[in-house]
Amino acid sequence: MAEHVTDATFEDLVIKSDMPVLVDFWAPWCGPCRALGPVIDEIAKEYEGKVRVYKINVDENLATPARFAIRAIPTLMLFKNGGTLEQITGGVAKTAIAELLDKKALA
Amino acid sequence: MKSHDAIVIGGGPAGIAAAMYLARSSCSVLLCEQLTPGGQVLMTDSLENYPGYPKGIKGYELADLFVAHLENLPVDRVTGAVDSVTGAAGKFVVRCAGHEYAGKTVLACAGARHRALGLDREDALRGRGVSYCALCDGNFFRGQVVAVVGGGNSALEETLYLSKIAGKVYLIHRRELFRGTKTFLERLKATGNVAILPNTIIVELHGDPGLTGLTLRNVQSGEERHLPVDGLFVYVGLEPATGFLPAELQRDGQGFILTDTEMRTNIPGIFAAGDIRSKLCRQVITAAGDGATAAQAAFIFLEQL
Repeated sequence: MAEHVTDATFEDLVIKSDMPVLVDFWAPWCGPCRALGPVIDEIAKEYEGKVRVYKINVDENLATPARFAIRAIPTLMLFKNGGTLEQITGGVAKTAIAELLDKKALA
Repeated sequence: MKSHDAIVIGGGPAGIAAAMYLARSSCSVLLCEQLTPGGQVLMTDSLENYPGYPKGIKGYELADLFVAHLENLPVDRVTGAVDSVTGAAGKFVVRCAGHEYAGKTVLACAGARHRALGLDREDALRGRGVSYCALCDGNFFRGQVVAVVGGGNSALEETLYLSKIAGKVYLIHRRELFRGTKTFLERLKATGNVAILPNTIIVELHGDPGLTGLTLRNVQSGEERHLPVDGLFVYVGLEPATGFLPAELQRDGQGFILTDTEMRTNIPGIFAAGDIRSKLCRQVITAAGDGATAAQAAFIFLEQL
């Protein structure tokens, strides 16, 4: 299961992470987010020890989505060394997420 | 390699109904879905036209019930996008997320997605002001100015949904008249914050990195003007998800798969059901009906194989 990150913990867990981080911006009322959720959990399990995977609820955390100008969910953002590498909006297949991680985060 | 009697591609209402009917007929079934089952139902706020729910039902609630129904049945499931369907009746090979699966029949229920406008920078602005899902993204535009483009039921429905969240909603349509139902048009007129711009097209999207405005053109006068907006919601029709299917599978002019009334395509053993199919009415109930019909046709086909 991917763990949850909040506005308060984002800096420490994502920006200052020593490992690449994939963040899923989501909300409970968003159907495509619900569709993507289990896929993100699988990714978290498969990349354990290589990529940290977090979810952030945009209903409860307003500052972080605003900081990254998120205006659509689900949005996946890939961070490495405190910077953003890539952003994907909308529901995407697991293979596409895995490819992104293999090519951008772990290359 | 174990061969299933049927491989159902897509876990929306059509695919779920097809898998249900096939499993209940004692056929072995593999269901391929790239995300979580539910399909476009998950993009729908509430359904007011599905029998059995007189007070309406939320899209995600219905999707959860569909999945719950499936869980009691012997249906094998794989999560992943399908890349290709090759072979012939009795020995089809479906490539899904890097693995190959053998099936005697294939039921294409992969649905459709919202068509893009095809404008420059549309892709770059996706998720940065340009959206294809009001339900998902509407909340980011609370009190702001947004535009909806399109003329069908989806466009009207989403405009109504957004009118409750946004400060102002412009509904842009290239024709004078709307194809959508009158109920929606009347409800729109009662909102007070929706302005309808008929005979109008969008020719340019502005803003970097986020959307700030549109250049509009009146198709009758040719006159152009700038409209500042914070968000644009695109509902200009659907395009079927058929890229993985054989090129020789017959499609209509818009790319939707041609079938007979029993959901049979021109390739024996391949059936199509739901939004992916060439037809007039694309609703949850017609998708589910297609799925059941396709399952029955596949069952008869398997008996004669």
